[in-house]
Amino acid sequence: MVASLTTKTIVGLEIHVQLATRTKLFCGCALEFGATPNSRTCPVCLGLPGSLPVMNRAAFDASVRFALAMNCKIATYTKWDRKSYYYPDLPKNYQISQYDLPLGYEGYCDIDGDEGQSKRIRIRRAHLEEDAGKNLHDVPGCSLVDLNRTGTPLLEIVTEPDIDCAQDAFDFCTGLQKLAVYLGVSEASMQKGQMRFEPNINVEITRGGEVFRTPIAEVKNLNSFRAVRDAIEYESKRQVQDWLADEDYVFGKASNENRGWNADKQMTEYQRSKEAAHDYRYFPDPDLMPVTTTADWVDSVRKELPESPTVRCDRLVSAFGLSQGDADLIVADRGDAELFDAAVDGDKKLAKRMTSLMLGAAKKSANDRELTVSTVLPSATSWQQLVRMVEDGVVNASAGERLLLEAMENTAGEIDFEQMAKDRNLVQVQDVGQMSAWVEQVFTENDGAVQDALSNPKKAKAAPGFLTGKVMQVSGGKADPKVVRQLIAAKIKEMQTE
Amino acid sequence: MTTARDISKSVRDGNATAVDTAKSALNAIAEQDEELGAFVCVCEEHALAQAERIDAMAADERKKLSLAGVPIALKDNICTEFAPTTCASKILDTFKPPYSAHVTEKLVDAGAIIVGKTNLDEFAMGSSTENSAKCITRNPWDRDRVPGGSSGGSAVSVASGMTPIALGSDTGGSIRQPASLTGVVGLKPTYGRVSRYGLVAFGSSLDQIGPFARTVEDAALLLNVIAGADSRDSTCVSADVDDYVASLSEPITGKKIGIAREYFGEGLADGTRKQVEAALDKLRELGAETVEIKLPLTKYGIACYYLIATAEASSNLARYDGVHYGHRSQDAGDIVEMYSASREEGFGPEVKRRIMLGTYALSSGYYDAYYLRAMKVRTLLRRDLENAFAKVDVICSPVTPDTAFKIGEKSSDPLAMYLADVYTITANLAGIPAMSVPCGFDGAGLPVGLQLMGPAFSEAMLLNVAHQYQIYTNHHERVPS
Ligand SMILES: [Zn+2]
Repeated sequence: MVASLTTKTIVGLEIHVQLATRTKLFCGCALEFGATPNSRTCPVCLGLPGSLPVMNRAAFDASVRFALAMNCKIATYTKWDRKSYYYPDLPKNYQISQYDLPLGYEGYCDIDGDEGQSKRIRIRRAHLEEDAGKNLHDVPGCSLVDLNRTGTPLLEIVTEPDIDCAQDAFDFCTGLQKLAVYLGVSEASMQKGQMRFEPNINVEITRGGEVFRTPIAEVKNLNSFRAVRDAIEYESKRQVQDWLADEDYVFGKASNENRGWNADKQMTEYQRSKEAAHDYRYFPDPDLMPVTTTADWVDSVRKELPESPTVRCDRLVSAFGLSQGDADLIVADRGDAELFDAAVDGDKKLAKRMTSLMLGAAKKSANDRELTVSTVLPSATSWQQLVRMVEDGVVNASAGERLLLEAMENTAGEIDFEQMAKDRNLVQVQDVGQMSAWVEQVFTENDGAVQDALSNPKKAKAAPGFLTGKVMQVSGGKADPKVVRQLIAAKIKEMQTE
Repeated sequence: MTTARDISKSVRDGNATAVDTAKSALNAIAEQDEELGAFVCVCEEHALAQAERIDAMAADERKKLSLAGVPIALKDNICTEFAPTTCASKILDTFKPPYSAHVTEKLVDAGAIIVGKTNLDEFAMGSSTENSAKCITRNPWDRDRVPGGSSGGSAVSVASGMTPIALGSDTGGSIRQPASLTGVVGLKPTYGRVSRYGLVAFGSSLDQIGPFARTVEDAALLLNVIAGADSRDSTCVSADVDDYVASLSEPITGKKIGIAREYFGEGLADGTRKQVEAALDKLRELGAETVEIKLPLTKYGIACYYLIATAEASSNLARYDGVHYGHRSQDAGDIVEMYSASREEGFGPEVKRRIMLGTYALSSGYYDAYYLRAMKVRTLLRRDLENAFAKVDVICSPVTPDTAFKIGEKSSDPLAMYLADVYTITANLAGIPAMSVPCGFDGAGLPVGLQLMGPAFSEAMLLNVAHQYQIYTNHHERVPS
């Protein structure tokens, strides 16, 4: 009889995020995707003799913002270290990185867990380093090197091994992408390779009270969320099977290994053992000064951080009564969320209609043009004016939508909707005398419907709606339908009692 | 022998043309350098073009040039976009940088005429200029002797009068030692005073570019041009630059000169000791006061220096691999073979020795015992000096234990060569300025240098003391036959 097995997957992630700075980390070359090979280079990023690196402060500041958004502590003193290894795409044969003093450490990010519980994934460290170039092997008979990417600022984020399933890893990575975009520190485009993932995976196997741990596999260079999920899923199974086949396949006895993900075969493949750890001979880069930060400065950066997407979502739900789904949609883009907040301006009364217009007409228009909602909508003040006009009955809902659609066609900015409504003759008539006169007219012209309302049990319910429609027609859409409905109901009642 | 000051003045005043001064330097090189071997490259075309540019300037524009028409030689580890920069290494034999060093730009802007690039120990590693893949450089005072190093070519260019001034670089004494051995003035500025942008790195935390000249005044004039902030070098400081020429004439009465026993101990040749002591007498005569000080950590300097410098060098020289530029081995199979064959063929024995030493010092398991410990000793050495400078203005000592040695005499004993750096490396480790000023000749008629060290950014004071010494002595007026 075989004792029953329980297994637990343990995953820690290393993630590289390319920062969206204008220039490289240590020189003035532009960061540009897809430029002619080696056209975005200079003596510094080519590693020419005599050239010297100068830190790009914008990259450091962006990293601190990102680290703070991941709830990291910020180092008061950090420095640059050289990591030595030979590779043709690394022109100095060392990479400038941060070894023992990362700029951010001991942070955390929460992800949604089961049953609405959130799960906390601790961040061990976040440090800044320069990217290498690219080796190109597509010319037969020779290898070429493109150094445009060399020196691109990368933030390397390392989590604690707090992730226990592939879906959580997927959620964590997508959450991090959203956060990066939200903060404006990275485009985090998967297509451009601006995020790369390296999960470290092993499995804890319990059999009849005995615990076994498989060796750690590091899956190198994944560049999609799906690959992260699939590779972890695959590894959780493979490692257990390998252990079942050979019980010496445990941490400490068998060596840790690097593996690569083969998307076609949907499996990981062995690359090399990590037995002989590479000696990178780290030492402080004498060409660069240490970087110090003060608590005041860190506080000021923290204060300027935008509200995180999760916190913002929760607030929209609790303060304005939005559904979780609607809140998610609005918060997904930082610009949209900021426009919503600015336009609603704390007035709960406006929130519902604003949400439905944003996610309805505006979203459709934005999607058609591959833009974000905030870029097609008018300014927050104009946008608020329009929603308020509908809420106050100055124009009716369909007129409101019509005005919005027209405004969005001539993209955005400041729009005087009141003037626009007047020009289009869409301002609702608030004069009850006028509306009563229209009701009188409609009653005279539609006697059949009036009779139905008074005495046909089958049609008595629908008739007032029909009459309201007629009044709206007569008024040219300017009558306030709410008032009209009240007037019609009163009139029918009056006729019944007569 | 004409000074840079006089040449510049006559070109500014229109009494000489820059083309004439350039041609006379080029002629001197053509006449003398075949035998002396100071130059690895003569930039005739660039020099004449620059000279013509200066001559074509409006007179009031030319008047602003502090080195108008002054010929100058640059050590061949300083980048020049108009001439190859080889570091006297086979691995950079064909390397022509696409950019110029900060100091190169400054010199061109100041109207100086760069007439050539000078020989050095490969990648500035050495004290004799014998470790060059290019040529042998000879000491003009005795052509069977070395000129010192690693900036031997620049020292010889000035000592022999081929150029009135030159630039070298000093990582552990590479300006001061050859200056002393060839009887010229050489100054290593405070670390960070002169931008290293475009200086091919040896030991990045120690390297500094500095002037060679026959007179202290010319050295000050040249330092005025090259010192100052540069946003391309993060270690270059933005502190105000003194006018080094303006303060030269101040009297040195009351200046406190520290003399450390540690610099006059065993191994110091009598001929050198005698001249240095005579120089101290002269300084006292000029009103300075000498004070005995202690620098007990001096003896750890050599070990500390050879760990830090080689560790940094092993990393700095990793880029020479045959992939992107420089020498590439022709008979390598795969990439790893290409790396090792290119480096095997491209580097000379001293460079390989130092790369291996430095790689070892940085290796996992040895880092703490070697590199980290050396960095701690460095801090203590710096403190040692700071304490001393609380009591004295200048520390005086010999530059080297002995005068120039015979070519080949020490080649088989690298350790003996390293030990000869004992008096100069402390200034590099502490990042302080130090200079060598000629103070006489030993029994064999070979020049002896006096070293002056001062606290950080005290170049003006050092130059002032050295100038006062020089105007009351005539060692610098003697020229090799
Ligand atoms: Zn660049």
